[in-house]
Amino acid sequence: MSGVRVLVGTRKGAFVATSDARRQRWDISGPHFAGWEIYHVKGSPADPDRLYASQTSGWFGQVIQRSNDGGKTWAPVGNQFVYDGVPGTHQWYDGTQHPWEFKRVWHLEPSLTDPDTVYAGVEDAALFRTTDGGQTWQELPGLRGHGSGPGWQPGAGGMCLHTIVQDPSHPGRLFIAISAAGAFRTDDAGKTWRPVNRGLQSVGLPDPKAEVGHCVHRIAMHPSRPGVLFMQKHWDVMRSDDAGDSWHEVSGNLPTDFGFPIDVHAHERDTIFVVPIKSDSEHFPPDGKLRVYRSRTGGNEWEALTNGLPQRDCYVNVLREAMAVDSLDACGVYFGTTGGQVYASADAGDSWAPIVRDLPAVLSVEVQTLE
Amino acid sequence: MIRVVLPQHLRRLAQVDGEVRLDVDGRVTQRAVLDALEARYPALRGTIRDHITQQRRAFVRFFACAQDLSHELPDAPLPEAVASGAEPFLIIGAMAGG
Repeated sequence: MSGVRVLVGTRKGAFVATSDARRQRWDISGPHFAGWEIYHVKGSPADPDRLYASQTSGWFGQVIQRSNDGGKTWAPVGNQFVYDGVPGTHQWYDGTQHPWEFKRVWHLEPSLTDPDTVYAGVEDAALFRTTDGGQTWQELPGLRGHGSGPGWQPGAGGMCLHTIVQDPSHPGRLFIAISAAGAFRTDDAGKTWRPVNRGLQSVGLPDPKAEVGHCVHRIAMHPSRPGVLFMQKHWDVMRSDDAGDSWHEVSGNLPTDFGFPIDVHAHERDTIFVVPIKSDSEHFPPDGKLRVYRSRTGGNEWEALTNGLPQRDCYVNVLREAMAVDSLDACGVYFGTTGGQVYASADAGDSWAPIVRDLPAVLSVEVQTLE
Repeated sequence: MIRVVLPQHLRRLAQVDGEVRLDVDGRVTQRAVLDALEARYPALRGTIRDHITQQRRAFVRFFACAQDLSHELPDAPLPEAVASGAEPFLIIGAMAGG
């Protein structure tokens, strides 16, 4: 019988929620790795029982955990992330150059075809890859070696590589995003990269249309139409119809175009979801109302989805990794909040109910659709 | 036999209960104890000291015999009571919020 497995990373551990395809009743396991920050948990598309988790701590550093049985048991694998060659420098908050220093893994992106191959996006921003199931990690240095590297600078959350999107129709093509450097694309499996930020405008930059320096929060793609990308930027919701070569704004009638996550419906390529947040200094929903906004037109025209979500006195945030969709029919949509709620919709956002209400602050939500 | 006490999070990571007992060849120093500890429990590599520089992580401390040994040189001999197993070598996660 089909069902879903929701993988939740929080400030104090990981949780796994499972349900049958009705998505009404949930079993919760956890906390796994209690007390540690779990930035991301994600399953392999090629083997749903193979999961990877980024476990990190200000005391004890980085651990990568792997499960071969769908999250029932876990074992630590390799945690050595060493920049290739001389680490070099990037721009620091005071304008000086600062050496690249590894801090943590923000995002783990398993290969579409090989359970032992995983990409890791790290802070300070770089892309690593394992091809042995996480035992060893090697940097793909072409990204950090891009000529713009010394000009990258950290956002308030650190200089993190937080988004990795694989193009299923073009095995050598990856998109990544860095706060605050912007979006980059490789067409040769990570050897060379180029910024793909044309059309982005960021008023916080001396040159609002600069080639790099943009604070991209998230990029989403429908796998059947990989040339079309959707982006939630620090401000602005953007769309590209040419694989990132150019972007145009599709914020339309959103109440605010600041936010963190963005995702695409599993079966409708022009249906996208965002969670508007009041501003970059007030990280909570406008008017205390938690609303997901859905566009069925690929942007510009948005409708508020409120059924089952708190519509008063709600001042949580939804972080960039904390939204996902399943591929059941109807498409399920999930998101987690900094208040510890994980909400699910089994009808593409028309109605919502909490899977769980009182977890630690949610950092990431991923969903596996199980046959 | 050297006795080592790990903080709770690292005991769980190494899947051990209570004290760890290690055989250390030669002089008993911080480095020798940590080398033996990491050899026995590879999951602890990188969690107490940096993989490459071998520097102690900022919020980890080393105590023994009612002394803070965190700032001792890694190759300095540990107290005789630690070397003899009379006293444990304590690896501590600093009290630091969160």
